[in-house]
Amino acid sequence: MLEFCSDRQAAFAASYLLLIFLISILVFLFRGLDPDKIDVLHKLQPPSPLHWFGTDNMGRDYFARVLYGGQVSLLVGVLAMLCSVLIGVTVGMLSGYFGGLIDGFFMRLVDIFLSIPWLIMVTVFGLLFKKGLLSIILVIGIFSWMDIARIVRSEVLAVKGREYVQYADFIGIPPLSVMTGHILPAVFSTIITASTSTIAGAIMTESALSFLGLGVQQPMSSWGSLLQQSQKYLQNAPYMALLPGILIILTVYSFNKLGDILRVFAEPRVRAGEEDMPREAGGKSGNEETAQEKCGEGRAENPPRKDKEREEAEIPVREASERKETEISAREASEKRGKDE
Amino acid sequence: MAKYIAKRILKAVPLLLLITVICFVLMKLAPYDAVDALTRPDMSQAEIDRIRESYGLNDPVAVQYLRWLNNLLHGNFGYSLLSHTSIKYDLLIRIPNTILLMLPSYLTAYLLSIPLGLLAGSRRGKWPDKLIDGFCSIGIATPTFWFAMLLIYAFGYRMKLLPILGMHTVGMEKSLPDLLRHFLLPYLVLIFSFLPDLTRFVRSSAIGQWKEDYVLVQKAFGAGRSEILFRHVARNVLIPLITKLGMALPLLVTGAVITETVFSWPGIGSYFVKAVQAMDYPIVMSVLVLSGSLVILGNLLSDILYSIVDPRIRST
Repeated sequence: MLEFCSDRQAAFAASYLLLIFLISILVFLFRGLDPDKIDVLHKLQPPSPLHWFGTDNMGRDYFARVLYGGQVSLLVGVLAMLCSVLIGVTVGMLSGYFGGLIDGFFMRLVDIFLSIPWLIMVTVFGLLFKKGLLSIILVIGIFSWMDIARIVRSEVLAVKGREYVQYADFIGIPPLSVMTGHILPAVFSTIITASTSTIAGAIMTESALSFLGLGVQQPMSSWGSLLQQSQKYLQNAPYMALLPGILIILTVYSFNKLGDILRVFAEPRVRAGEEDMPREAGGKSGNEETAQEKCGEGRAENPPRKDKEREEAEIPVREASERKETEISAREASEKRGKDE
Repeated sequence: MAKYIAKRILKAVPLLLLITVICFVLMKLAPYDAVDALTRPDMSQAEIDRIRESYGLNDPVAVQYLRWLNNLLHGNFGYSLLSHTSIKYDLLIRIPNTILLMLPSYLTAYLLSIPLGLLAGSRRGKWPDKLIDGFCSIGIATPTFWFAMLLIYAFGYRMKLLPILGMHTVGMEKSLPDLLRHFLLPYLVLIFSFLPDLTRFVRSSAIGQWKEDYVLVQKAFGAGRSEILFRHVARNVLIPLITKLGMALPLLVTGAVITETVFSWPGIGSYFVKAVQAMDYPIVMSVLVLSGSLVILGNLLSDILYSIVDPRIRST
């Protein structure tokens, strides 16, 4: 197993995230940093000892604006993740536990949500809500729960076969308490892992939306909307574009890295990266028997290979292969968010 | 073979219909009145009612849906609420522009990702792998528009080498060198946005293949690394990669929303963003339907491609 501290990238990711969260929470303690103090006489000034990152088009201190922008970006990221986890876990839990019609319905829903390009979908839904921070969080949450739902569903399918869950069902514990009391703790580590990359995706989505002018609105600003404003002054004040961009990259990179590391902890038998057999399931059309899945099934039946090693005895072959697919596709999909696709 | 394809096509049809229903419902849910975009403040209520009637906005929702679907099937996407131009002609002008940008970019990224991914996958943990994988991690975390802004600053403002907006210089619409100069920056940005993801895909696929028995056998027979990599591993890696090709179909139309907006490239992406900002709902709806259908067609295509290159699928 990988030692956390010896992995420099992981150590960097964790300490960076700790730092950026602390700064965002504690930024109000620094009296000198006022993101809204207008000083028109000193507008668009390059970095100087007084203004570490210069001033913007209204003479506001850019360093302060970036720090407060980080507050908004991280807040949107975390809350959108919570929203997405809430929907995803509920849907995944219900369809994994009950199966049958409920499962069919929810999984078709997932397919449909996955099939339309996320940017188009989010923008259209953004039209339906009033503009504001809450609606951005909701919109991002509503369109990023599908991966979590798939992962949780396949985990639940596996856990449902365990004896303690079957026994709980047998002695007549109501389904709701079986789900929350018996199954949820077993899939909890998976949820945590998936949620870190969901935060990364949410931050990317928010910045893209804000950049297109469809996200965070003035006077509030996030890293994405700061970049949008800096576009106008790119020629004279390129430093305005630099800082928010670098912070977005570092934050998203760190969350993704953290997700990778947590995955290793959640499933000690898997060394990170090794199980990444690509199975594109991201935009699967509404039918379960797409070519890739069929192929996945076919492959899992082959004589012992690497896949077999991590399968637990109780898990039927099909579920295991399915689970791997969804995990990978989900990771790919959430990493892709914010990119142009 | 034909039977498998026919089955897949039949399954895609209801999903397509469902997508159109969802698009329609979404637009009906929007909290604004479509007639607002047609009227001026000085119009009387009677005039407004007449416009509402003539656009069929008073009919039952089901009738409106069927009429809209029927128009769609005849290639009639309706008219823009603001400029009153036919969306069909707008799309016909803009789709080739987007394809012109997307096709070369995607293919370049696709072709670059194969050697990069194979190299990284076969040297897992060594420096080429660390370099390539590090590049991918950072590339995935980089917002496309930020990279675009860096390029604009460097090549457009600093070195003044390349134009940064649009597709043509005014008055030089027929000039190919001029088009290429405009093309270069968005092309680079798009390659950068597709490459990390594709490379990761090839890399992890190659890692999986590298552990297969046939690689061990080849090693035992004394085959060289490059021989194993390109003659044996590459073929197996290419199979899943082909599905990526089918799934990239919708990208041809809606893949470059951000890049097109940054560079004011007159394609579907910038058209869509403008329509969203102006709440021009027939345009938004058309693009939504178009991209949804292309996704389903793309999935269909990738399944069919897969079944051609890998006959094992058809038998199951």
